[in-house]
Amino acid sequence: MAANTAAVSLTVNGKPVTAEVDPRTLLVQLLREHLRLTGTHVGCDTSQCGACVVHVNGKATKSCTVLALQLGGANVLTIEGLAAPDGPLHPMQEAFRENHGLQCGYCTPGMIMTAVDMVRRKGNDLDEHTIREELEGNICRCTGYHNIVKAIAAGARAMRGTSAAKAAE
Amino acid sequence: MYAFTFHRPQTVRQAASLLAKNQEAKLLAGGHTLLPTMKLRLAGPPQLIDLSLIDGLAGIEQSGRSLTIGAMTRHNDVNTSPVVQQAIPVLAKLAGMIGDPAVRHMGTIGGSIANNDPNADYPAACLGLGVTIVTNKRRIKADEFFTGMFSTALEPAEIITKVSFPIPKKAAYQKFRNQASRFALVGVFVSKRGSDIRVAVTGAGSNGVFRVSSFEEALKKRFSPKSLEGMTIPADGMNSDIHGSAEYRAHLVGVLARRAVAEAIGKSAA
Ligand SMILES: Cc1cc2nc3c(=O)[nH]c(=O)nc-3n(C[C@H](O)[C@H](O)[C@H](O)COP(=O)(O)OP(=O)(O)OC[C@H]3O[C@@H](n4cnc5c(N)ncnc54)[C@H](O)[C@@H]3O)c2cc1C
Ligand code: FES
Ligand code: FES
Repeated sequence: MAANTAAVSLTVNGKPVTAEVDPRTLLVQLLREHLRLTGTHVGCDTSQCGACVVHVNGKATKSCTVLALQLGGANVLTIEGLAAPDGPLHPMQEAFRENHGLQCGYCTPGMIMTAVDMVRRKGNDLDEHTIREELEGNICRCTGYHNIVKAIAAGARAMRGTSAAKAAE
Repeated sequence: MYAFTFHRPQTVRQAASLLAKNQEAKLLAGGHTLLPTMKLRLAGPPQLIDLSLIDGLAGIEQSGRSLTIGAMTRHNDVNTSPVVQQAIPVLAKLAGMIGDPAVRHMGTIGGSIANNDPNADYPAACLGLGVTIVTNKRRIKADEFFTGMFSTALEPAEIITKVSFPIPKKAAYQKFRNQASRFALVGVFVSKRGSDIRVAVTGAGSNGVFRVSSFEEALKKRFSPKSLEGMTIPADGMNSDIHGSAEYRAHLVGVLARRAVAEAIGKSAA
């Protein structure tokens, strides 16, 4: 293994971060192993499952398929940054809780970050077909999706007019 | 992944000179093909040259009867561009069929055509519309660009900067998805622009994307699905794997071509 490392500076959940990393470091490794933000999960590591989805400059991105060094200057939002630490849950998180949109919870951070991005792009009135199409890149092995779809529709409605819609940007 | 050093040039010229210095170096666009390949150690470039800081490589512009898309333009930006939706609606739609929303936020048109995956969507659009691929060195016609599966006419140190699309009169794309990967098991792109008629097929051929001249000839007489009735292509040279036999793929080419022509002329698919 080459000993070369490089520095990268970016913003994570509103805080400036600088890290010295092996160039091979994926964004998800920077988050989990360097910053100890373990809410972002790795389900597949092959870009398929969506457990690792975070927002990069406001857009849903699979953090297992981006290098940390590609993100110098970028703004990253993870599940930890969605709601204030001591405040209430984000409306989309609350909708997943309320609608029993999770069982083991492994896919949930990626589902929620994908859902918030979906609202940004498609608005607050999401029909079932749209939600299912948009979840193409998110796999859940537990729920059968039914309650996830319900939760996203409810969360999208609840986000209407809240600053939560803006916080995701 | 094998170890590499990482570079972020500011200009195409700097990127090209880095590439010229090391033939094994690789350009990094959206990384949504290259990084998975590197994780599998199927690729091990000693240097990665990230194109994302270079000004002017992303963007969409229409001038007269042609539409130009920068190499670093993300699939999502093509999908949602009002300019593309108006000029070549099928191209916007095709970009929206690639992968999932997160993949479309990163993946680029330049990366897709440079990679020339035999099951990818953009190569069918490029060949099916007769685009011109513009590099830092020259302009390459689509007919000369795609030279075989995962191979193109690009030379070492050659960088795609943009793709120039002539605006067709009619065009449509039919994608029959592989149920596991969601790439095209077979995809057929048809277009008509004056007397230039093109039928391009992705997913089926063992040599990557190709044109079907027999279909094109038949459509010259009349641009209608009826002109292709009963027509098929030989199974020779088609891919065969656990997802579908060569005969099945050859059959799908005929079916999807008829559906695409029907869609292009505004009839519902037969
Ligand atoms: C889960 C998933 C699903 C997908 N589904 C589909 C699908 O349904 N259909 C489909 O078509 N694709 C699909 N893809 C592939 C996706 O579209 C890729 O983004 C695309 O093929 C490669 O683009 P990129 O920008 O990510 O390129 P990269 O991975 O960065 O690069 C790919 C190759 O192109 C070279 N390259 C990149 N830019 C240039 C340039 N400007 N000039 C010269 N060479 C260059 C690189 O050196 C590399 O060899 C999928 C990918 C994933 C991960
Ligand atoms: S861990 Fe990134 S998509 Fe599965
Ligand atoms: S809740 Fe277990 S994988 Fe989705």
